[in-house]
Amino acid sequence: MAHAATHDEHHAPRGWVRWVYSTNHKDIGTLYLIFAIISGIIGGFMSIMMRWELAEPGIQIFHGLASMVYGVEGDAALDAGKHMFNVFTTMHALIMIFFMVMPALIGGFANWMIPIMIGAPDMAFPRMNNISFWLLPPALILLLISFFVPSAPGAHGVGGGWTMYPPFSTSGQPGPAMDFAILSVHIAGVSSILGAINFITTIFNMRAPGMTMHKMPLFAWSVLITAFLLLLSLPVLAGGITMLLTDRNFDTAFFSPEGGGDPILFQHLFWFFGHPEVYILILPGFGIVSHIVSTFSRKPVFGYLGMAYAMVAIGAVGFVVWAHHMFTSGISLNAQRYFTFATMVIAVPTGIKIFSWIATMWGGSITFRTPMLWAIGFIFLFTVGGVTGVQLANAGLDRMYHDTYYVVAHFHYVLSLGAVFAIFAAWYYWFPKMTGYMYSPTIANIHFWVTFISVNVVFFPQHFLGLAGMPRRYIDYPDAYAGWNMVSSYGSYFAGIGVLIFLFGVFEAFQKKRVAGANPWGEGATTLEWQLPSPPPYHQWEQLPRIR
Amino acid sequence: MIRAMKRFIAGGIGAGAALFSAASAWAAQPSDWEYRFQPAATDIMHQITWFEGYTLAFIIPVTLLVLVLLAYCIVRFRASANPVPSRTSHNTVIEVIWTVGPVLILLLLAVPSFQLLTNQYSPPEEAKLTIKATANQWNWDYEYQTDDALSFNSAMLQEGDRAAAGKEDKSVYPRLLAVDNEMVVPANTVVRVLVTASDVIHAFAVPSFGVKSDAVPGRLSEVWFKVEKEGFYYGQCSELCGKDHAFMPIAVRVVSPEQYETWVAAAKSDLPAANKALTAQIEAASKLAAAN
Repeated sequence: MAHAATHDEHHAPRGWVRWVYSTNHKDIGTLYLIFAIISGIIGGFMSIMMRWELAEPGIQIFHGLASMVYGVEGDAALDAGKHMFNVFTTMHALIMIFFMVMPALIGGFANWMIPIMIGAPDMAFPRMNNISFWLLPPALILLLISFFVPSAPGAHGVGGGWTMYPPFSTSGQPGPAMDFAILSVHIAGVSSILGAINFITTIFNMRAPGMTMHKMPLFAWSVLITAFLLLLSLPVLAGGITMLLTDRNFDTAFFSPEGGGDPILFQHLFWFFGHPEVYILILPGFGIVSHIVSTFSRKPVFGYLGMAYAMVAIGAVGFVVWAHHMFTSGISLNAQRYFTFATMVIAVPTGIKIFSWIATMWGGSITFRTPMLWAIGFIFLFTVGGVTGVQLANAGLDRMYHDTYYVVAHFHYVLSLGAVFAIFAAWYYWFPKMTGYMYSPTIANIHFWVTFISVNVVFFPQHFLGLAGMPRRYIDYPDAYAGWNMVSSYGSYFAGIGVLIFLFGVFEAFQKKRVAGANPWGEGATTLEWQLPSPPPYHQWEQLPRIR
Repeated sequence: MIRAMKRFIAGGIGAGAALFSAASAWAAQPSDWEYRFQPAATDIMHQITWFEGYTLAFIIPVTLLVLVLLAYCIVRFRASANPVPSRTSHNTVIEVIWTVGPVLILLLLAVPSFQLLTNQYSPPEEAKLTIKATANQWNWDYEYQTDDALSFNSAMLQEGDRAAAGKEDKSVYPRLLAVDNEMVVPANTVVRVLVTASDVIHAFAVPSFGVKSDAVPGRLSEVWFKVEKEGFYYGQCSELCGKDHAFMPIAVRVVSPEQYETWVAAAKSDLPAANKALTAQIEAASKLAAAN
């Protein structure tokens, strides 16, 4: 034992060196989680500002914000404010996707737990893991700088939406803000590709003796599939935004019709990445929810192989449905038929997953600890988002929904209420493992209920707004939409309170230092991480576990 | 059965529309606390409205099924009610059911969905009028493809200009939806709109017609509609295009074919006068109808 202690000490650097030079997957995972929390607060703040603006018809706050930030007055402030609203929608999306959900699920929880769960001492390429993380802060800083850099005439910041469609992202915003954003996404993309290579190598090569692919925990399956999606889709995005960059700066004409280019080409490239990207955001959540449902039902996951291969199917089909984001762009009738059909197919493996989670609960002995609340919330809310997805798949019907709040409601149900619920489920599931401390279940449960109620108040009325025809990315709307917008805005303030409760719960847990023990969840928690002490030693599995 | 349902729904909407229009000038626009589609003004939109209801008939029960199953698990299999968990982790029959079941539902959705999609691209007759709509930051140019050129710009009505334009009635000319010069088209006639843009991507959309098409620079997209009823119909730009994205509405004024002929002849020389004359003519006709 004494030997082990000195051994650990030998390898554990202290102070800032431990974090900045870190090659330890747990330390890097912690950095990712802290980064995601900070980004989430920035992105969440933006969403509340947008909802405040939209609480009633007319322009309430953005002209004031613009004059505060950019020092313009009068009509110029109004114009700058209108653009600033578009900047907020753009930044909210980019930050939440690239700097909150992905770092939390892949960089954070997967980094922390995948090596432990598959019985490996660390990731395959620890130094690459370090650079994967340390590329993200500069990427975020570039994106935040773009806020204060000229873009469209008389305006600052990237206001072209996260989809960055040209020509609005090229000739429409000639200032350098867009270049900052493109470089930011490039760097974030490199970070993710390096991470993906690391996960694929780790999962394929470093599983403990006896852990065959078909015995691997579902979270490892979900991260493996996610990593493949990242590896195959991000280079396409990188190509697309590089072409955007050269169109902007070096007079190429990939996307400008006056030079023989085609704006729609960018949409194809973007969504060839963009659709797999939404599965990248949700698949790790699928894995996490499977473990939590199994743990708190004290039952093995129902239909393990079906669950694993449903994710494989979702990932594979996810690559051939991209143009369902482009039904109104002028693609041909036959293309619309194909993409309608292919998109509907995804409902089948998704349905298998929903029903398998319920079947895992069926016959179980369920305790409703905090992670289980979030997981059940996830299953139901993801179902709501999923069925509206089936409606949106139909090109003939999507004609009405496209670019309205119906789409906004749909993707927030699957991401804000799906992926984010999975993140909080994972947080409350693994927090005792990662820190060694138990949070206050009361505070955590209040956080759940406040969030569950408020996000539904925010997003359910947005279905109605979309049906009534309210287009998305609007700073002001016809007076008839006032009612549901007001409801939605109040929901968002309430959700902001939920975030404060979350932060307080974290603070309280570190302050009270309640010792959690190796396995606070009982016999249902069967994956390898629960065999280690909490927090796990700096290097785990020096003696590899053997899987029967 | 489907056809009967379709007719029933369409009939109901038609009756409601008739009642409403008797009271005032008919304007298709969102209403307060609206939670469904705007009322349909074309056969295609009737079909879309029907199909939306049809999809709801599947997805609401599926969602409720998931909710009920979750609730049952929560109550029946809570630790205090079921202290010893089963170890079941496979059941081939149930797995086949929840794979085949969704496939069948999707097939039931796909058949009318493909029908609807095809119908949207199959106008019942050759278009009698073609208008080229060019989107700019942040207004629309409408070019009538008639023998004598008629083209004009259509921009959002500024609140300060209401009185001068004679558009003070906000129920007919709503804030952010009303424009200075509406696109005027004849009722019960197939109208084709060629959609393009001069600067960045915009989108031409009129919800009550069931049309939406991106306006892409360098491309011509085509939409068509055959509006059943005279009145004002409103839509808004539906692709992010810059700071005034929310302030470039689309307003279509549907009039009788005779009124359209008079208007189009007059508009070529003096558009504001033609629009005023059209409004006066319609108001006189509706007063006459009300008096009778």
